[in-house]
Amino acid sequence: MDVLKKVPVREQDPKVRATNFTEVCYGYNLEEAMEEASRCIQCKNAKCIAGCPVAIDIPAFIKEIKDGNTEEAFKVISKFSALPAVCGRVCPQESQCEERCIRGIKGEPVSIGKLERFAADWARENNIRPEMPQEKNGRKVAVIGAGPAGLTCAGDLAKMGYEVTIFEALHEPGGVLVYGIPEFRLPKETVVKTEIDNVRALGVTIETNVVVGKSITIDELMEEEGFEAVFIGSGAGLPKFMGIPGENANGVFSANEYLTRSNLMKAFDSSYDTPIIAGNKVAVVGGGNVAMDAARTALRLGAQVYVVYRRGEAELPARVEEVHHAKEEGIIFKLLTNPKEILVNENGWVCGMRCVTMELGEPDESGRRKPVEKPDSDFVLEVDTVIMSLGTSPNPLISSTTKGLNTNRYKCIIADEETGLTSREGVFAGGDAVTGAATVILAMGAGKAAAVGIDNYLKSK
Amino acid sequence: MAENYIYTIVKKESLANSIYLMDVKAPRVAKSCYPGQFVIVKMDEKGERIPLTICDYDREAGTVTIVFQALGSSTQLMATFEEGEAFRDFTGPLGHKSELIDMQREEVLKKKILFVAGGVGAAPVYPQVKWMKENGYDVDCIIGARNKDLIILEDRMRPFTENLYITTDDGSYGFKGNVNDCIKDLVNNQGKKYDLVIAIGPMIMMKFVCILTKELGIQTIVSMNPVMVDGTGMCGACRLTVGNEVKFACVDGPEFDGHMVNFDEAMKRLQMYKSEEGKVVLRQKEGPTHHHPGCECHEETSNN
Repeated sequence: MDVLKKVPVREQDPKVRATNFTEVCYGYNLEEAMEEASRCIQCKNAKCIAGCPVAIDIPAFIKEIKDGNTEEAFKVISKFSALPAVCGRVCPQESQCEERCIRGIKGEPVSIGKLERFAADWARENNIRPEMPQEKNGRKVAVIGAGPAGLTCAGDLAKMGYEVTIFEALHEPGGVLVYGIPEFRLPKETVVKTEIDNVRALGVTIETNVVVGKSITIDELMEEEGFEAVFIGSGAGLPKFMGIPGENANGVFSANEYLTRSNLMKAFDSSYDTPIIAGNKVAVVGGGNVAMDAARTALRLGAQVYVVYRRGEAELPARVEEVHHAKEEGIIFKLLTNPKEILVNENGWVCGMRCVTMELGEPDESGRRKPVEKPDSDFVLEVDTVIMSLGTSPNPLISSTTKGLNTNRYKCIIADEETGLTSREGVFAGGDAVTGAATVILAMGAGKAAAVGIDNYLKSK
Repeated sequence: MAENYIYTIVKKESLANSIYLMDVKAPRVAKSCYPGQFVIVKMDEKGERIPLTICDYDREAGTVTIVFQALGSSTQLMATFEEGEAFRDFTGPLGHKSELIDMQREEVLKKKILFVAGGVGAAPVYPQVKWMKENGYDVDCIIGARNKDLIILEDRMRPFTENLYITTDDGSYGFKGNVNDCIKDLVNNQGKKYDLVIAIGPMIMMKFVCILTKELGIQTIVSMNPVMVDGTGMCGACRLTVGNEVKFACVDGPEFDGHMVNFDEAMKRLQMYKSEEGKVVLRQKEGPTHHHPGCECHEETSNN
């Protein structure tokens, strides 16, 4: 064993997985997990913990795995996180806990994410559930949105004894975990459902099909239904488009639509009723994790797929692991390329995309080098389907129906970073509704902070 | 039928051949909805999310009335649901209420208003006409359909409007002609003057009503019924061009200024899952036997 290297994790063969929706990564078995856990040097002042948005006691759970006490490891993690099997899979550990690992100075960091996943998967397979809190304090808190922020906030409040109801607009709880992230990265029936059931096991009620702002307002929740505090974790919002000609043609989709059809509505499974147009040649415009998910979904539905991104490889916002997986599976990257127009045939369908080649100039406000068009570099990419993955703008449903709830110039809800408190008394917020589109774990961190903020607020009330 | 589904059908009625009305128990929707808004229903675990405009509601009974035409396989399956059975999901109200509801009373009183309902479009027009009467406004209304058998909700509508005009393409009932012929007759031959038309029906009908009312100089509101998935603004499937802007029917509408809507684009988009190319693509991917019920259920079926 090379102690400088991670114990490799087994994955489905790229050629095989490009044609199915089953999970890419198999995760560690007990033996592999114990071996990887033994690489942790149990730092006294563990920097990894500070790199975790929910501050999991990482050395403690890794020590339990090393000693073969997986159930104890799960219990340690559960004190901090309600969604460990999810986070072990989708957290960007390379820029959080693992980035700070001492092992990483000389060699590879400890594979913290894969170990977290192992503990959570083991607990699920062995029917270990988090313990129900002992006493209820009889005070009601409403949580809007059953995504990562809402589930975390609700779980933490339930542990403190609050009576929590989550109101979810869609027909399934999970938010981005069910509509956004594909099955092959995050299995729904096993992983997501179990972790949501674990939140329910803490005493949280989830009411689906309630669109707050439409079915009921925040004022009504507080005045008529007796909720003393509200947490808004309503998520990212409306998909952005480029505003180029041809964008409303048939065969142009937002990544949100494409992924919602495939993930939430399970259109990839022909026994479900919702249709999806897979496309034969697909261009996914954008370079983030959502773009990778859309591209890899289209590939699995049988298409030849291009990722079209206006900057270079180094600037791709997606996780390195996702880009690597996408390439392995046969996605073609058209970097330094920007769409100018979507070409449309006489029946209104996409028949190509006119693009221009870019080159990188001086760094812009974001610190990334700004792409500029190369003159006379237009070319047509032959595609029949275009998926726009350009991010989202906030959904106004809640801010426009809640008096006194302030938003910033991007229309995101303004909330205190430490406590989640908004401009409205008793109303807290966190996750993408506050920050704009970010990661699962940052939303969970915000949900966690807001749970403490709500507890302090209600205790002092 | 799973027993834990809570959105129970308390009444089912056949309005015409293959057109059904259902009162569904959905207290949160019934409490908060207004004319002009829509709901999304999902029949079972594997079903689609189907948008349907609200036809009526009873706040005390906690029920919402929907009307649909059984055309595609989703709505054909829906037609087999009986009283006592339940939908898996019933979400709403979605979209904005009719603009007239929040308009200043003096403003509304200044307008002479004509509602134009085509086919199953009578369902979303009905609650608006009813609301107007209950709030002390008199409006005129046209209900048009291909033939007598397809005229729906006439009896329900009658108490709420003094001037109800029935028109059929084949002349089997009422005026002979389409709704545009009827509007022309009212304006040109019967001396009617209107300041506002609210036209709801198949997109092709709304398009031609808008062409006519533009000529006649009458402001016109339409209710758009594009393909939708989530209905809350998240997916953008329902986007339309209105004026020079891209709008989402679910959160910006469903009602828009009809003279600003790009109907040709909207009608092409409506064909996305049923046109030949779409079918070919689907067949290639999924084999010849697979049904895509949603494809057919959006234009006439979801009466929005």
